[in-house]
Amino acid sequence: MVNSGVLSMSFLQNHPRVLEFAYQATLRGLMPFRRWLRPGGSVERIFVVAERVSKGPLFDCRMCGQCVLHSTGMTCPMTCPKELRNGPCGGVRLDGTCEIIPGMPCPWVLAWQRAEHMPRHGVAIESILPPLDRRRVGTSAWINDLSLPPVTGTFPSAGLADAQAMDRTPSGRG
Amino acid sequence: MERRGTGTTNGRSRLERVLRSGRFAVTAELNPPDSADPQAVYDRALVLASVCDAINATDASGANVHMSSVGVCALLTRAGYEPVLQVSCRDRNRIAIQGDLLGAAAMGVRNVLCLTGDGVQAGDQPEAKPVFDLDSVTLLGAARTLRDHGRFLSGRALEATPAFFLGAVENPFAPPFEERARRLAKKVEAGAEFIQTQFCFDLPRLEAFLRRVRDLGLHEKAAILVGVGPLRSAKAAEWMRSHVPGVAIPDEIIRRLRGVPSEREGEEGKRLCIEIIQQVRQIEGVRGVHVMAYRQEELVAEIIEAAGLLPRRVSSAVGLTSGAEA
Repeated sequence: MVNSGVLSMSFLQNHPRVLEFAYQATLRGLMPFRRWLRPGGSVERIFVVAERVSKGPLFDCRMCGQCVLHSTGMTCPMTCPKELRNGPCGGVRLDGTCEIIPGMPCPWVLAWQRAEHMPRHGVAIESILPPLDRRRVGTSAWINDLSLPPVTGTFPSAGLADAQAMDRTPSGRG
Repeated sequence: MERRGTGTTNGRSRLERVLRSGRFAVTAELNPPDSADPQAVYDRALVLASVCDAINATDASGANVHMSSVGVCALLTRAGYEPVLQVSCRDRNRIAIQGDLLGAAAMGVRNVLCLTGDGVQAGDQPEAKPVFDLDSVTLLGAARTLRDHGRFLSGRALEATPAFFLGAVENPFAPPFEERARRLAKKVEAGAEFIQTQFCFDLPRLEAFLRRVRDLGLHEKAAILVGVGPLRSAKAAEWMRSHVPGVAIPDEIIRRLRGVPSEREGEEGKRLCIEIIQQVRQIEGVRGVHVMAYRQEELVAEIIEAAGLLPRRVSSAVGLTSGAEA
């Protein structure tokens, strides 16, 4: 997915402090509106569009619906062709590019570099992320973040809790 | 570590016992045949079994289809050999993988090596769908959940739990070099008890990696086996480093192979492998070697013998189940 925001994307990602702050501010700003922000509600569709146009150009976001940018050095792990959430894999070429897509810098090489410059969430890159919940793909990560149990935490216990809490299917696909 | 193997295959695997005893371990890779004939597996296992503690069965390595690793391991346990089941995340989702893990455990498989797997583009069927539902770390978590919690990832309980000895891989020779040890820490946290590395041809880089591993204390939590293997020729070495994902071969190695007459390049590659084994043995934190000799299985015995790693415990086929030895 190539987009016009490549320049701003790399600038902001290389200054992850700004993004870290923006992330905190967004969540705090949304907190008072929690009761209207339910997964599957009509508001979600607006959020999905908002996330597409903001995180799309910024992070090459793939709308996995369970944003973990603060645990991955503000680098979207879904841009990895293997969609690794605990990467990098062992196939990274000597110049730091992807084994699968020639010339593409390995997102996990960038992620570890950027995490060094994130005072608050930098160490989160060392925590284990549970496998992706495919039902959340295409839904609003912001709404999910506010109303569903967090995707970060100890695996596999988080995976178990997650399975019990996620007995609904998302409706905001697309 | 808590161990609740309640199936018929409880008890420690032989590989685990060798490592716990402090002996320098040797594992070797068996390349599954393109065949439906079990004899093809037994022929290869026969040359490996007497010189190593466990035989790795690769899972469609390089994304090339061969006999499945579960099938190979089932044949190996039936004949009394000690296999290491390689499980990659490329071809199966979490439902299939958890089922395969239980099936393999029921067939007597204890050692499981969890990997991400090469991308499908590396293999002979690049048009296939890459799955990667789990990754190597969450795969370790899934296997550990089966063993320690007696549950599937869904939370559903098992009637009998598998007694796995869990392994992971690491590639100290791929970027980001400085972070590879921290990445390994994730795998150890997820449950890895032994580690097999990618091919080592670059000792200074391995030493730098192991220094970081020791700083983090990981060598005490997981047994590290360094991957080694013979290069057939300078040409083969060049092909490997440009076509096999994650294999790094320094120029001086290739120059050394070129420096001998072409008919002796294979001999030189073997000698190089033996030297590397002897050198990695001296590094603190290395608990064994993993010998990978793609389509040169017959060389493995010569290399292990010349490196001074014999005798290993003789593993006579049939009737030698680890349960009886435990």
